[in-house]
Amino acid sequence: MKNTADVIVVGAGIIGNAIAYYTAKKGHSVIVLEKSEIVGNGGSSRNGGGVRQSGRDARELPLAMYGIENLWPGLSDTLGYDVEYVKKGNLRLGKTPEHLKILEGLAATGQRCGLDMRMIDGKEVREINPYMSDEVIGASWCPTDGHANPLKATLAFYMKARELGVQFLTSATVTNLKKKAGKLKIVETDKGTFEGDTVILACGMGARPIAEKVGIDIPMKSVLIEALITEQEPEMFPQMLGTAEADFYGHQTAHGSFLFGGSSGMEDVNADNGTPVTHSITAPCICRGIIKYLPRLAQAKIVRTWAGWMDHMVDGVPVIDRIDEVPGLILACGFSGHGFGIAPAVGMTVSELVEGTKTTVDISGLTYDRFKAKA
Amino acid sequence: MSKNKGLTSLNDRSAAIPPFVPAADDDRIICRCEEVTKGEIRKAVHAGLWTLTEIRRYLRCGMGLCQGQTCAKLVKGIIARELGVSPALIEPATSRSPMRPTEMEVIANESEVDFK
Repeated sequence: MKNTADVIVVGAGIIGNAIAYYTAKKGHSVIVLEKSEIVGNGGSSRNGGGVRQSGRDARELPLAMYGIENLWPGLSDTLGYDVEYVKKGNLRLGKTPEHLKILEGLAATGQRCGLDMRMIDGKEVREINPYMSDEVIGASWCPTDGHANPLKATLAFYMKARELGVQFLTSATVTNLKKKAGKLKIVETDKGTFEGDTVILACGMGARPIAEKVGIDIPMKSVLIEALITEQEPEMFPQMLGTAEADFYGHQTAHGSFLFGGSSGMEDVNADNGTPVTHSITAPCICRGIIKYLPRLAQAKIVRTWAGWMDHMVDGVPVIDRIDEVPGLILACGFSGHGFGIAPAVGMTVSELVEGTKTTVDISGLTYDRFKAKA
Repeated sequence: MSKNKGLTSLNDRSAAIPPFVPAADDDRIICRCEEVTKGEIRKAVHAGLWTLTEIRRYLRCGMGLCQGQTCAKLVKGIIARELGVSPALIEPATSRSPMRPTEMEVIANESEVDFK
């Protein structure tokens, strides 16, 4: 393979692959460097598959709304691989008055940004989804939300980018970044040295030590969250689900299995051994949450559980920006566990940053220099 | 079909591999749980999926009730043949808990919390 290209992308998750695809489509040569032997082995293939606008921070909501309006509906046709996109709404469920308060706050944020999102009562919840238990007293409802298959979407961007001539190198760990005449040009790895006019870090937590090589520090930490999947079940409902308490989220997949993610509340202190391992308390906790809302699933059989790290930014939304101090460097990291749904819009937006044109979507709230001390 | 002599690692995903040639047994089912055929697996390799994990995530082979206990070795052999490499170069996919399909209410029963 060549070792020079217009653009070097670090990270072959859905963000890196989408950036590679949209950038290559504009005629630029692209090399993608991935630390793992496996393409899309981080959060991209470990998440709940939500393609959702509701519940998002106003700073990243424009990306979610643009993607759902313009990119997701035709994505399977565009890429030539079925990403199993379903646009049948998101119910965020509540069981207590406190829950409803949280949901009302989220709905107000959505409405302020022009999102079709409203509060509904328990009766209307059960009209939309008759499997919900009587404990559910209300929900926020966003009819244009939905879900897709994260495994297929991540690999679809990869396969299509590869078809367009993007070169992917796996098992390649970036060891250093170097400037040439004041501009970032050189990416050193344990598999050789690469050179490009633009270097994009789209590698989650991995972006932090790499950006530090050129003096940029991004305030994020890794948090381990977990997911599980059931065997195939008869078709029940098409909506994406979440809860005010965030005790679980998920949907029924095209295959028929139920995919749910969640947490135990111990994520900050659980031990890991350098690999994303599941903990014995988490899947039971997620299951208890699910059964309370969806009693019909009590007998559904779990076939797999797994864990994944998210790159949690200190303020919960990513950095998507050109770095002024390091010409040639673009960051797209810190997606904080909700990068999947906005990945196509991020890919398109970063391809605009590469060309230096005005971005179609407003990302002015996602700059790298927004982090300030509290006083 | 000539063997590719140059491929000693699976890392350069643009490296040349032998061309895809349709075969008489392409409709043979390899993963019985998820009904994935040999032809689907071979085509996925030629689309760039060179690891067992990627094939599994894309096609679901090994994701069904037996979790790949029956087909993993067969899929590994098919990938290796398509790439023209030794099967030893193909890493196994990660095995995941639970060991066999288990009801949510059984897993949920880990604590004293009343969940029903």
